[in-house]
Amino acid sequence: MANFKINVNGEQKELDVDPTTPMLWILRDHLNLVGTKYGCGIAQCGACTVHLGSTAVRSCQLPISSIGDQKITTIEGLSEEGDHPIQQAWLEHDVPQCGYCQAGQIMSASALLKKNPNPSDDQIDRAMNGNICRCGTYVRIKEAIKTAGKNSPVA
Amino acid sequence: MKIIKTKIGRRSFIKTSALASGGLVVGFSWLASCNMSKEEVENLPKEWFEINGFLKIADNGMVTIMSPNPEIGQNVKTSMPMLVAEELDVDWNDVIVEQAPLNIDIFTRQLAGGSQSIRQGWESLRMAGATARCMLLEATAQEWEVPIGELSTNEGKIIHAGSNRSMGYGEIASAAAKIEAPEEVVLKDPKDFKIIGTSRKNVDGKKIVTGKPLFGLDYKEKGMIYAMMVHPPAFGMKLKSIDASEVKEMPGIRDVFEIETYPEDFEKSWVDVNAFSKLAVITGDSTWEVMQAKKKLKVEWELSKHITEQQIILDKTPDLSSTGGLESTKIHKSLMEQIGSDRAKVVRKDGDPEKAFKNAARIVERSYSCPFLAHNTMEPMNFFANVSDNKALLVGPVQTPEYMEQSVSKRLGIPLENVDIQMTRMGGGFGRRLYGHFLVEAALISQKVGAPVKLVYTREDDMTQGTYRPAYYATYKAALDANNNLTGFHVIAGGIPESPLAANRFPAGALENYLAEEWTIDSHVSVGAFRAPRSNFIAGAEQSFLDELAEELGKDPIEFRLELLKKAQENPVGENNDYEADRYAGVLELVREKSNWVKNDSGAHRGVAAYFCHNSYVAQVLEMTMKNNQPVIEKVHCAIDCGIVVNPDAATNLAQGGIVDGVGHALYSELTLKEGVPDQTNFDKYRLIRHGEAPKSIEVYFVENKIDPTGLGEPPFPPIMGALANALYKATGERHYHQPYMTSKQILG
Repeated sequence: MANFKINVNGEQKELDVDPTTPMLWILRDHLNLVGTKYGCGIAQCGACTVHLGSTAVRSCQLPISSIGDQKITTIEGLSEEGDHPIQQAWLEHDVPQCGYCQAGQIMSASALLKKNPNPSDDQIDRAMNGNICRCGTYVRIKEAIKTAGKNSPVA
Repeated sequence: MKIIKTKIGRRSFIKTSALASGGLVVGFSWLASCNMSKEEVENLPKEWFEINGFLKIADNGMVTIMSPNPEIGQNVKTSMPMLVAEELDVDWNDVIVEQAPLNIDIFTRQLAGGSQSIRQGWESLRMAGATARCMLLEATAQEWEVPIGELSTNEGKIIHAGSNRSMGYGEIASAAAKIEAPEEVVLKDPKDFKIIGTSRKNVDGKKIVTGKPLFGLDYKEKGMIYAMMVHPPAFGMKLKSIDASEVKEMPGIRDVFEIETYPEDFEKSWVDVNAFSKLAVITGDSTWEVMQAKKKLKVEWELSKHITEQQIILDKTPDLSSTGGLESTKIHKSLMEQIGSDRAKVVRKDGDPEKAFKNAARIVERSYSCPFLAHNTMEPMNFFANVSDNKALLVGPVQTPEYMEQSVSKRLGIPLENVDIQMTRMGGGFGRRLYGHFLVEAALISQKVGAPVKLVYTREDDMTQGTYRPAYYATYKAALDANNNLTGFHVIAGGIPESPLAANRFPAGALENYLAEEWTIDSHVSVGAFRAPRSNFIAGAEQSFLDELAEELGKDPIEFRLELLKKAQENPVGENNDYEADRYAGVLELVREKSNWVKNDSGAHRGVAAYFCHNSYVAQVLEMTMKNNQPVIEKVHCAIDCGIVVNPDAATNLAQGGIVDGVGHALYSELTLKEGVPDQTNFDKYRLIRHGEAPKSIEVYFVENKIDPTGLGEPPFPPIMGALANALYKATGERHYHQPYMTSKQILG
């Protein structure tokens, strides 16, 4: 056990946990932020994607001891009112089916748009290939990313 | 217009009300406390009036509609309440949807499976809305002292044209709640629908995109501890002993013990499928700590003594005799190829197929196969259980709550009325969550430790414990005469452990000389329904064979199918053909038109397939191009006849998903075994389709008619595997007979 101070969604959190604990379980079990999902535990499905700084990372492979003072953003902190252009585009295209993977998809997509507000199909595929959707909503996800790109304030 | 008898009597109304203050409120206080947006809190009404078990109306006119069935992503949580709202005649914007409690006295068939939710809820849900509307009208007629016939409704308002008065439902709801339910009600004519047939967004959409706790894995209660299980590494093995000494000393670990899900004398029902009953269980304070202990736990396994037919067969196979019946995919394949047809039994025979084959000028014979598949729902199996004082509360994702209630009651010896199962949104089902052994496991663990427990499967647990799509194999033979006429047709199909054959489906009925045979081989590997069971293999096999046959006969593949369907329609062979040939032909004609099949100006390589299952008809054309010597799926055209479409955009989404799912599994996925041990344990080795491999666009077209709705969750899934194989042939010159079509290193796109 060790003491950690981390910044999650703009708030300072203090925890006394096993240093190897991945952020996925810190978020879900300790901080009650359950929007970040467990899917595989080996960074192959993307359901646990969060932002470390402004980069999309798989939180199941991110021990709390590696965070330091880098800021973590989860789906709960992506926007205050749930109105991030990506979230709005997801609703406009009515993307989700079961919905379980969508927080991870949204976190990967929003990190992509931050770097590249107008991605090509190939760029979307490359950025999103780590996020599995078992219901097969890929076609709509791509459409929603393009819509959100158009609606995003120019970076 | 249709008059139906209502099924909401005074008795069930009273019962509902009693429940509303009990199970219902408990379940939703959790959801409400977590999920309320600012806007929802501000608009909270002061009082709700329960009109019947399906709906409540608030003093401010808001309406809460209960969605009775489990939500697995098929969007019934939106589409089922739409049926209620249609007949109630309310503005959809005033509707709040809640997941109903399990109560089969009120809600019929609270099950997600077989693509039946809308089909079976079609009348009962509209009846519930119409009944409530009737009670609102009756209460208003009494209050205004006017004949009920002079009143009409419009989107949540009652109108008396004669006196130019109108009143919101909320104002009369308290009086309506006291009105006796009518004995019969009139349902709308489909031409008057205002909500059914219009696209409405997913009612949980905002919660999903903001990460609110909706899923079973998200459910928590105070004092809850975490539990995981360890199951045998191989099918055909069982738990012998546990050495917990090291693990019990690990931080955060509470206990290690053994449970037995279903003892040998337990009378299993169809939902009680499992491969491993004796399990090692670890409980602790957090998921991560339990996961760490799970890796360290020392467990001894032994061969299961259970002798199956499979073992008897295997014992004859020299290279397996030393392994005591631990099965391998390699052996499964050779068994299916060699033994299957020897044990086949005739299921259907029309005309004289033997003679047709004896006199044939040419015989075309092809064999097809597919592997076991794991369902791989993105949310692994999990369940919350709190068992104490002869009562059980279970919360989580399950497709068959009404059946699992009975299993839990029977296994734990708790009276049925004391078992309360609450449904959460499910992170996928695909048939996997029909089999709820994990509820029984969670309940046994909670009973043992005397605390609320969350049982969580790791991905590896989820993927390696069975309940797979069976492995199937089919051989098709066609007899052609000297004039290139199709004179005989023979299918022999089987699988481990069930046959995929649907002997009375097309092309049965279109062929004078037809023979269908099937066989099975038993196994230690547990299997279960997987999206469109059996159809999910046989459709692709049959549609690939018909494609090859059309080519042999020098015919256009759509024209060839339409000729057969014309024969089935005008002069059907046999009496038990279970499809309507004209609707079958209808989707083929629609997809031919929409894909511009005849003109063929897309420049793409195209494959077509059509299939009928779950009461619906689907035809698909898949367009493929070659880029850098790799096939790329440019577009899929999909025509569907599923009767009236309740929520068109959501229905389109579901069909698009089914197509991506079918393409992915046919191309990439398999669960293989070596000596009983699954080769794939997680998504590093088990390939699921990813973004860049999906079709670039998918167009869905619905046949417009006034037929009562039929299934949609499953029907678009099976035929795409055939359309894909047929397009791959056009694009690459290579026929694909065995799934997955791609080797482990190949990629598409």
